[in-house]
Amino acid sequence: MDITELTSKRSLVSGSIILIILILLATVSLYSPGYTVVLLSAILMYIILTVSWVIFSGPTGYISLAPAAFFGVGIYTSAILGKALPLPIVISIGGLASFCLGLLVGALTLRLRGIYFAIFTFGLVELIKHLLLFWELHVTGTRGRFVMVVDYNTIYYLMLIIFVLLLLTAYLIRHSKYGLALQSIGQNEDAAAHTGINVTMVKVITFAISAFFMGAAGAIMATKWTYIDPYIAFNPFFSFMPVLMAIFGGMGQLYGPVIGAAIFTYLEEFLITRLPELYMLIFGTILVIAILYLPDGLVGLIQKLWNRISVRKHAYT
Amino acid sequence: MLVTILDVVIAGLLLGGIYALIAVGLSLQYGVARVLNIAHGEFIMLGAFATWMLYTMFGINPLVSLVICGPVVFLIGFFLHKTLFRSLLNSSVSLDVFESKSLLASFGLLFIIQNVAILVWGADIEGYSYLAFGVNLGGAIFAANRLVTLLFAVVIGAAFYLFLTRTRLGKGIRAAAQDPGTAGLMGVNINHVLALCFGFGALMAGFAGGLLSMCYPIQATMGLEYTIIAIIVVVLGGLGSIPGSFIGGFILGLIGSIVTYIEPSLALVAYYVIFILLLLAKPTGILGK
Repeated sequence: MDITELTSKRSLVSGSIILIILILLATVSLYSPGYTVVLLSAILMYIILTVSWVIFSGPTGYISLAPAAFFGVGIYTSAILGKALPLPIVISIGGLASFCLGLLVGALTLRLRGIYFAIFTFGLVELIKHLLLFWELHVTGTRGRFVMVVDYNTIYYLMLIIFVLLLLTAYLIRHSKYGLALQSIGQNEDAAAHTGINVTMVKVITFAISAFFMGAAGAIMATKWTYIDPYIAFNPFFSFMPVLMAIFGGMGQLYGPVIGAAIFTYLEEFLITRLPELYMLIFGTILVIAILYLPDGLVGLIQKLWNRISVRKHAYT
Repeated sequence: MLVTILDVVIAGLLLGGIYALIAVGLSLQYGVARVLNIAHGEFIMLGAFATWMLYTMFGINPLVSLVICGPVVFLIGFFLHKTLFRSLLNSSVSLDVFESKSLLASFGLLFIIQNVAILVWGADIEGYSYLAFGVNLGGAIFAANRLVTLLFAVVIGAAFYLFLTRTRLGKGIRAAAQDPGTAGLMGVNINHVLALCFGFGALMAGFAGGLLSMCYPIQATMGLEYTIIAIIVVVLGGLGSIPGSFIGGFILGLIGSIVTYIEPSLALVAYYVIFILLLLAKPTGILGK
């Protein structure tokens, strides 16, 4: 079997697996209880955050701690416009607002490399949070907002649509010359610039695209929470989770962050109501262990095992 | 008017002393050991809770506790570097990779230490009263414990500066900060020095925590706020510059005190605005290379 035949067979298999999973996900509300739909919505939300984090930070190696900022912008958009406009438009506006913030932050932080970028993006979340608190305290004189409530199935299907769009985008970026450009930026930024890549442009656009999906997810998720305030919307927790989930799942393949996010969300749903301290303790321990012993995440581990098995198979024949 | 200005300046210096101590610790950990330790504030919290526990349970003077808690926190930091960060350093291909890996690992540490503390001490706000009488300074009245805190912060900072500039080990640390590779060739036991620096960073945090607990209420989740302030001060003073961090701490304390006088709810916003402007305009800080 030559290599092209092998890859086409592989893509056919993985394509049909993805199709079956999507059909199952799309019809889940017909045959399963309401709780499954709620759990799946939460899983999809974290997958969206994690995969969109990986779109930018995976290949470039820039650690962004800004997901909470983009997510929060989406949440606040939904809270402000939710009663006035239909939900799909609100979600698009939430995404676009995050996209614009992403462009602005990207353009401002171009010159910052490595650790400075991580610090800056972390500061950004706190800055927006405290500005909003000040605004609510002194200008509007309110604290927090109520969000229009939407039923669980609508939330779930909207999340699913964004999820599919995101996977398509991530796949296209990965298999285009932009994906290659991003990877070369991650490996050696100066060399990438010398080969004619518009480093600035590629970084800013990709950062903004990833911000769009985080904002859209925030706009949908706000309708589930019914009440929000700056502390809920701009919780740095939503910056850390995607990073952990991506590292744990592995960023080498697109399904890595998906698996990482799914496992952790399930763990969270299971533990956070009963033993929140224990959950955060496990969270921290797994993060340290993953960084120490799983440099390529779960996916890297699976591939390593798989290679070992297939090598052995070839050795006997 | 004069009394008000004096009031604001002294309050700023009192705040700045703590900030300076915290920032010197972080500066050692990042400047020499290259670990941007997000869990720095957790060592402050450990120091604060240990001091609180020794005072409320055994009646030990908080200033005496410094001598007890400091070494314990130092050892925790020292062995953390010997185990966790050493193996990260060995497995990283470049310093950039090590910096991002250790940043993420310290996030993990943050969650581990904080939640163990919540399990042990609970999530409530605690506090005790020690030297809480007022002292009149030129018309403005300040609590004696805050003056003692400032005094200790300055003494500890100065002692550490002398240690760095006047002793052989201090020279080794400064050499390692400038160029670890060459320092190693010159006979500095580099792995040992890096672990020592990480330990000293934790020691500073422990001292700061003990001093803090005399003046402010403490809580198991208090760490992150101080970590953020420490990062801002370190960037303000110049990453890796220890005198810069010390001066930066007092500058930020003064700014905080002035903004608080004008509009209390804007103090944190002012810190972040300064921080972001600084990163954009002069990321090397006031005393950076």
